[in-house]
Amino acid sequence: MAQDQVSLDRQQTGDEIVGRGVREGGRLFKQWFDELTAVAERGDRATYVFVMGSMNEVLKSFDLPVVFPEVNSLQTAIKKVSAELLNDAEDYGYSPDICGYVKADVAMQLRGGEHPMGRIPKPSMAVLTGACNTYIKWAEVWERLYDIPIVTMDIPGTRAAGEQSMPGSEEFGYEHKYVLGQIKELIETCEQVSGKKFDIDRFREVLGYANDMSAAWRQILDLNRATPSIFNALTDGTVFLGMANGFRGTPEGSQYFKQLLEEMQYKVDNGLGILGRTDEGLAPVEQRFRLAFVGVPCYPIFRRFNDLFTDRGGTFVTSSYLWFASGGTCTDVQYDLERPLESFAEGVLFSVRAAMDAMFHQAMTIEEAAVDYQLDGIVYHPIKSCRTVSTGLADQRRFAVERTGLPTLFIESDLMDPRVVSEAQMRNRVDAYFEGLVSRQQQAMA
Amino acid sequence: MNKAHRYFTGWEGKPLDQILHLVRELVEDPGYPTVKAWRQQGGKVLGHFQVYFPEEIVHAAGMLPVKICGAQSDCFEAESRFGSYLCSIIKTSLDIALTGDIELDLFVTHPICDAARNLSAIWGRNFDYKCQILYLPQNPNSKHTLDYLRSEYLRLKGDIEAVAGRQVTDEDLRRSIAVFNQSRLLFRELYRIRRETPWLLGSDEALALLSLAGFLPREEYNEFLETVLAMVRERPARQQDKMRVVFEGGFCEVPPIDLLQTVSRSCYVVDDDLFIGLRFIIDEVAVDGDPLANLAEAYVEKSSYSPVQHDLRKPKEKMLLERIRNANAEAAILAAAKMCEPGLDEQVAYSKALDEEDIPYFISEFEENQTTFDHLSIQLETFVENIMFD
Repeated sequence: MAQDQVSLDRQQTGDEIVGRGVREGGRLFKQWFDELTAVAERGDRATYVFVMGSMNEVLKSFDLPVVFPEVNSLQTAIKKVSAELLNDAEDYGYSPDICGYVKADVAMQLRGGEHPMGRIPKPSMAVLTGACNTYIKWAEVWERLYDIPIVTMDIPGTRAAGEQSMPGSEEFGYEHKYVLGQIKELIETCEQVSGKKFDIDRFREVLGYANDMSAAWRQILDLNRATPSIFNALTDGTVFLGMANGFRGTPEGSQYFKQLLEEMQYKVDNGLGILGRTDEGLAPVEQRFRLAFVGVPCYPIFRRFNDLFTDRGGTFVTSSYLWFASGGTCTDVQYDLERPLESFAEGVLFSVRAAMDAMFHQAMTIEEAAVDYQLDGIVYHPIKSCRTVSTGLADQRRFAVERTGLPTLFIESDLMDPRVVSEAQMRNRVDAYFEGLVSRQQQAMA
Repeated sequence: MNKAHRYFTGWEGKPLDQILHLVRELVEDPGYPTVKAWRQQGGKVLGHFQVYFPEEIVHAAGMLPVKICGAQSDCFEAESRFGSYLCSIIKTSLDIALTGDIELDLFVTHPICDAARNLSAIWGRNFDYKCQILYLPQNPNSKHTLDYLRSEYLRLKGDIEAVAGRQVTDEDLRRSIAVFNQSRLLFRELYRIRRETPWLLGSDEALALLSLAGFLPREEYNEFLETVLAMVRERPARQQDKMRVVFEGGFCEVPPIDLLQTVSRSCYVVDDDLFIGLRFIIDEVAVDGDPLANLAEAYVEKSSYSPVQHDLRKPKEKMLLERIRNANAEAAILAAAKMCEPGLDEQVAYSKALDEEDIPYFISEFEENQTTFDHLSIQLETFVENIMFD
């Protein structure tokens, strides 16, 4: 086929492909919440899980509807109702100094599951890992409110920087045995809650879908090393994250990520960068500075926070959030379908550990990212609500500056609470940061 | 180390009040003079962050386990390593290490809370010695937990042996378990005195005595505490008409001793969760058999409770009610360290449970660096008067 014909075909298909991930993500996301609303309206219940170690593979094999309370809560901030929910929870007795996700959820539970995207069913059980200690405290709230089974999946993480246990080692052996044992106990609880017997073939099928997603997810993240970068790791990335969590282990999730990979590859092949909203519709955004985002998004001003950077030519090409908030499933773990349970236990160990490393040991990988993604700067966004992510960020920043010499910006706010988001102050800090970036760029070009 | 050597001296032959004063001076000294003396003699030190740590394994290797539990420090060095919205103990613990007030050969933290689990990585970026997490099980209800924890202790033992430069035998471990069993016995006696005759020992004095266990060589500590408890029993103190309360919320960051002194002016604190990690195992650990398995079994099966351990068998609010009843307390002080997420979360559950049982409670926040207590004193006196004259 002549080269011109290939270009023509690409142009014809391009309109369908480009932007499909965000469009389709929005559609599936709405479908997911509609289904949850239907569950709630039938008076049925759902399993509550968390993004770091959701065990969705096990739950989907029982066809259990799954709720991610973190996703529910962040949606309330995006939809501008988090402030009133936080007030409700504080009136109930919760401190202003605890996680806003927890408080928004408590308030939603007290309002019977009322949510801006529908109605959230009550829990039939909750599954949590220890990747975040607040998961444990949060699940205890449901335990008290609903007297439901709480299954803690204890996944040991990295003990010391650079000392991850690997298959074949004694340490990995006992960790694996522990995790596998807990997975079998989780299956027993799922059997009791669902009234169904565990079907290993169905589980294999679910693992297959999860494999598709993981393989594509990792490649998609790597493709953003391209110049121009092809997606915004903060805004587009958050849409992808919703799919990675909610649709893990499903045919829709598998297909979505395969198509997303196709879209991203298409953009790389055709040199298409990130598109931004303008008065005339979507248009390529200026990409003067390639930035890494470390922390958790500022959901109360989600788009405006991003615009503070894109308006000044900054583009987020990578983000630690995409790693840990997808539960480390971007590590390209592939389950061996010949030994599904054993392999799943290995995968859980690897992926949840990767999620934790992306928070606690992220400074170790930022050096590589600085080169791989050709970074011009790093933006740290610690938040009041999440000490898991935020406690080490100042020290990680110090370390990253020493190792990479990159200019960094450190701005604190919150992921839920508009009361601690000072937009004007943020804007001043961002302005000053970009002045530094511009000056540095000019010096480099001189 | 020379076990006959004493690191805490000058108290022998003194009256009880003076001894307690000396203890307080020592435990409030951020320079850890006895730990420095240990190191000057060539001893190695393992620092372990709150809450529970199997100190026996360190002791068996001939090293000194030191509880890293913050300090009354200005935090100048550590401030740049942290952002806002953090409890004080996380920052001051690193601060005393950065200033050289405490020098370690190995540092261990635990996944007790979202902040503390970051410490291993933070310390690791700031110091050359090994800094790690001991992954104490978050799921004590699995039937696979005991095997896991024994293996995790075995791994830790290997790291300790590497630092100590010697192997730790089962016999070493058994001897150490026996030493720490003696401590546990003495702690139980200390708290029995508090419950039965609280006028003999104030909660501030008890906290100082307990703090000492966090860094003094354990044989020396046992001998000291045994002597002091005998003196406490003979103390010529009169019972006063004070309300009996339980103080809850000091499981990790502990309030300053002055705060407890303020509380003690209004109430008898007949039980508490201060330094619960030192007393987490509530019974003797078996000495015979596999010592690491025994330590693991004790952690899972013979332990107290805290907001940082989720155990389906031990709902925290029911455990608190049990503590209140066992201590024959009339009310509770529900405290939490500022910015302590587990403590603040638990305050809600505790207060709802106490409401249901119609048990009065006083809610408060504190900080280890706090220096003024007038406001607390007035509030507490009002609380007590409201109950006593209700």
